[in-house]
Amino acid sequence: MSAHTDITPQATFAETPFTRKKRTQELIAKCFFGGMAALMVIPLIYIIVHVVAQGWQSLSWDFLTTNPRLGGAKGGIWSVIVGTLYIVTFSLCVSAPIGVLAAVYLNEYAKESWFTRIVNLAVVNLAGVPSIVHGLFGLGAFVYAAGMGKSILAASLTLAIMTLPVIIASTKEALAAVPRQFREACWNVGATRWQTIRRIVLPNSISGILTGVILQVSRAAGETAPVMITGVAVFKAVEGTGLFLYDPFREQCMALSMHLYFIATQASNVAPSLPFAIATVMIVLVLAVNATAIAFRSWLRSRKKW
Amino acid sequence: MVKPKVQIENLRLSYGPKEVIHGISFDIEPNEILGIIGPAQSGKTSLLRCINRTIEFTAGAKPTGTIRVDGEDIAKMRNVYELRRRVGMVAPLPVGLPLSIYDNVAFAPRAAGMKKKSELDTLVEKCLTQAALWDEVKDRLDSLGTKLSGGQQQRLTIARALSHSPEILCLDEFSIAIDPVTTMRIEDVLKVLKKEMTIILVTNLVQQARRLAARTMFLWNGEIIELGPTEQLFGDKPKDKRTYDYVNGIFG
Repeated sequence: MSAHTDITPQATFAETPFTRKKRTQELIAKCFFGGMAALMVIPLIYIIVHVVAQGWQSLSWDFLTTNPRLGGAKGGIWSVIVGTLYIVTFSLCVSAPIGVLAAVYLNEYAKESWFTRIVNLAVVNLAGVPSIVHGLFGLGAFVYAAGMGKSILAASLTLAIMTLPVIIASTKEALAAVPRQFREACWNVGATRWQTIRRIVLPNSISGILTGVILQVSRAAGETAPVMITGVAVFKAVEGTGLFLYDPFREQCMALSMHLYFIATQASNVAPSLPFAIATVMIVLVLAVNATAIAFRSWLRSRKKW
Repeated sequence: MVKPKVQIENLRLSYGPKEVIHGISFDIEPNEILGIIGPAQSGKTSLLRCINRTIEFTAGAKPTGTIRVDGEDIAKMRNVYELRRRVGMVAPLPVGLPLSIYDNVAFAPRAAGMKKKSELDTLVEKCLTQAALWDEVKDRLDSLGTKLSGGQQQRLTIARALSHSPEILCLDEFSIAIDPVTTMRIEDVLKVLKKEMTIILVTNLVQQARRLAARTMFLWNGEIIELGPTEQLFGDKPKDKRTYDYVNGIFG
């Protein structure tokens, strides 16, 4: 028997102390990283279960569809939900078009220069400014200087300023994900930049752009600090339960985030389950918006073409 | 004496502080196939991108000197998109646009304003046939160009370059993603296309230049080492010893 016959397949693939050690390491690493990932889920589940369980008693169809009474201590939250919808919708109408168009300019047209460097610097720094500072800016600029007074308009514009830099950053990222070779192929056959953007770049980045925008919607819906000093009232009695409850240019409104803060900390004679019921509505609204974003994105991704 | 199709005078190109083409001058005759050979980093692709002015999309690139197409200085052309339609370009790596096969080929004519379905249909068929792709895709023109194989995408790229009826066709190592049989088919097409257009063929396969080009240029480090009849460069006695070494594969 010559020596090389020892190397049979069985011998090659047999377990040795070395491979066993490797396998154990692999198992430990997998469990450890998996555990860290699972850790993320626990607070989320706890929050939802806790909030829903505590707020369950106050939740009802009437709660959702009637307006608050007695400073919010009694009645429902319909006008509060509508107020949040107003503020978020108006701010989105301002920040989404400006943000997306600015990002298209920065990513597709602008050449590297001192101007684009300043704009990019401004975007990054604005995104890092605390929301209360945005609120103070809105108070000075929109409420006083522009003479809007405390109003839905001023609050919406403040939120728009707050979400704008993040929308610009996420849109730029989505645009940059479209390979540059596609653009060059278009330019090579004599297409203008705009033709390239319209036919190739935008159709292939729209899912990323919309995801970024929608995530900012849920962020705007949850903010308290910037809106409480620019246009959201602690309590405002309104007539009726339709969708058109407020005059956005003159009136203040109520909003879920502010209402929750007030009911939870300032109001007296409030049922203990009430703040949790409001929180439940907020969570459900934000999760619904995010779920829409995720579903929409996966639908658009399935149509992605490379 | 025929008027040259392209005249290049003292062309220099720098990326930032680094100069990559050091003042080259040469003419390209109408309806010729000019081969350009040379090792990597010698400025072949940059030279082509100067001719259709896509070099302007590279930040920091600064060309100087004059390039004339039909006697007209391209730097002074107002309509650069028209220039790019006149100078077709095929990049080394295939790029199927994320559109259907049909739309890939119809992209340039549409961008130039052609709308009639019947005209587009005829043109798409003609270009795909010329690029030796029609028979393989004629039953699935609606499927995505990006789903084709690498070699098919490269022929799609060639079809797209032909779709705007260029007067000058720049091929930048078009065959690196294609199998030898298809390469030969496209080379046959090029021999026919020569009657309609001027072809600049950048290639790493020196034998390809030998098969197709009447004249060949050896570009090295941004300078023309030798430009002359192909047989001269590939013969026993090119003017420059470096040419001999390069085409015979003993370049140091």
